[in-house]
Amino acid sequence: MNWLSRVRNAMPFIAKRETEGNLWNKCPSCSQMIFIKEYEENLSVCTVCGHHGRIGPKARFQQIFDDNGWSMLPTPRVAEDPLKFRDSKKYVDRIKAARTATGEHDALLNARGKIEGQGVVVGVQDFAFMGGSMGVGVGEAFIAGAQAALADKVPYIIFTAAGGARMQEGILSLMQMPRTTVAIAQLREAGLPYIVVMTDPTTGGVTASYAMLGDVQMAEPNALIGFAGQRVIQDTIREKLPEGFQRAEYLLDHGMLDMVVERKDLRQTLARLIGYLMPEKAAA
Amino acid sequence: MVALLEFEKPVAELLARIAELRESAGATDIDPEIAKLEAKADRLLHDTYAKLSPWQKTQVARHPDRPHFKHYVGQLIDDFMPLAGDRAFGDDQAILGGLGRLGGRRVMVIGHEKGDDTATRIRHNFGMGKPEGYRKAIRLMELADRFNVPVVTLVDTSGAFPGVQAEERGQAEAIARSTEKCLELGVPIVAAVVGEGGSGGAVALAAANRVLMFEHAVYSVISPEGCASILWRTAEKAADAAEAMRITAQDLKRLGVIDEIIAEPVGGAHRSPAIAIDALGAAIGKSLDSLNGLGRDKIKQQRREKFLAMGGL
Ligand SMILES: [Zn+2]
Repeated sequence: MNWLSRVRNAMPFIAKRETEGNLWNKCPSCSQMIFIKEYEENLSVCTVCGHHGRIGPKARFQQIFDDNGWSMLPTPRVAEDPLKFRDSKKYVDRIKAARTATGEHDALLNARGKIEGQGVVVGVQDFAFMGGSMGVGVGEAFIAGAQAALADKVPYIIFTAAGGARMQEGILSLMQMPRTTVAIAQLREAGLPYIVVMTDPTTGGVTASYAMLGDVQMAEPNALIGFAGQRVIQDTIREKLPEGFQRAEYLLDHGMLDMVVERKDLRQTLARLIGYLMPEKAAA
Repeated sequence: MVALLEFEKPVAELLARIAELRESAGATDIDPEIAKLEAKADRLLHDTYAKLSPWQKTQVARHPDRPHFKHYVGQLIDDFMPLAGDRAFGDDQAILGGLGRLGGRRVMVIGHEKGDDTATRIRHNFGMGKPEGYRKAIRLMELADRFNVPVVTLVDTSGAFPGVQAEERGQAEAIARSTEKCLELGVPIVAAVVGEGGSGGAVALAAANRVLMFEHAVYSVISPEGCASILWRTAEKAADAAEAMRITAQDLKRLGVIDEIIAEPVGGAHRSPAIAIDALGAAIGKSLDSLNGLGRDKIKQQRREKFLAMGGL
């Protein structure tokens, strides 16, 4: 049984959606209606145009890890709403809504497991949780993931997805940039690989910190990756943005990535890379 | 005369009245009245600045007459030797740096320069750094590290430049690496937020052993206007966003994000720049002395532990 069919057999969410009568997925890129089962069996990549849909941590873990070989790490608890922030809504209510919608505690989850027999810790940012935004909870989860990798003496792989900082946590969200950077430095000093896979979208403070500090940097096709938002840039320069601007292939052309990897090839690519960077583990 | 801010209008009216009286004067019998009005204006200025809202502080922090990098360097740094270039692309004028002496101590000074008239603002790109600016900062920090020279940074930027070429040359990567460099230095780094501390473009120079901040400076993850236009869907709610985000030195001290607040002269640093600049110089000197002789590992460890502890339960 190849790994793709293993993934197919481990898709508990399909049945749930079917009972809701939501059988079709409209591709945001080519507008084709695709049978949801077929779409998810294809790793949430459009079978018509190849558009890589956004997926959450659980689906990602399922796709990346060896079968039955992974377990979730606990999500660190942090101060809730440290600024008592409210805009049109209270921040605590926004968090509550995000938790209800996703069933998760915050926007970054870690799991420990194996990729083709090689131990790793994988962190996945969840765009569905408040746009994947980086607050204290995300920063703390990143640090916990890196430290779990340190403890296990295995690589830390992060899948980034974020609209940027969690504005509702103000300066504390900005401080996650240096905080996560310290965790990366500790991995480096321990001689452990830190691998970044950027997924759609990766922008703002996340890009300007841990997303750009990988030993090796990959991205999924067509992922939006940048520091400044396109609207902000357009307002500043007052001219049309170049074709493909801030897309994964564009960043590859400009030397900011090592490779753009299709989702179906990610697992194998990561396994090969780890085999090169940690040959003694690969032999085990 | 310094440019007056919107909320200083009552003070401005008093000052106008005083000027009027002076003009029509010559007669000594109105002197007592002028003195009374002047005392009143002073008191009003004092009271206004004692309870500035976060949005008002933002205006003060952005005041065109507020001292800039070149003023701090001019007054505080002896024998300044500017250093230039990232050795890869160019020399960014928004981020300047060089070697010098602060009260006799060797330092590498790096900071944002906004410029203070149309020509210099354009030249310095309003203090918005580009990748080559952050890469120059990295270069200068590495140089300082190798020759055991402490680093002093002066943060004053609305943010890193949002432009097509800046993105193409890796703005995000340059900021990430600059932050990383601050954190791996074996020499002390003391950062001072002297005006605006705007987002990643600020933190890239401010991941320091000690972070100082002027009394009316602001430091935030996004500008109040930017936050308001996203969360309130109109930039006109900037004052509310400034309030909600906790961007003042007083708030950041409470949150443990900065280490020390430097008092400004009554009416803000722009009213008595020389006094403000001296106060900054003294505070930086004291911070450098407190870190002196700690040893490379301890310096690095102190910085890491400080940031790792931030925002914990
Ligand atoms: Zn499609």
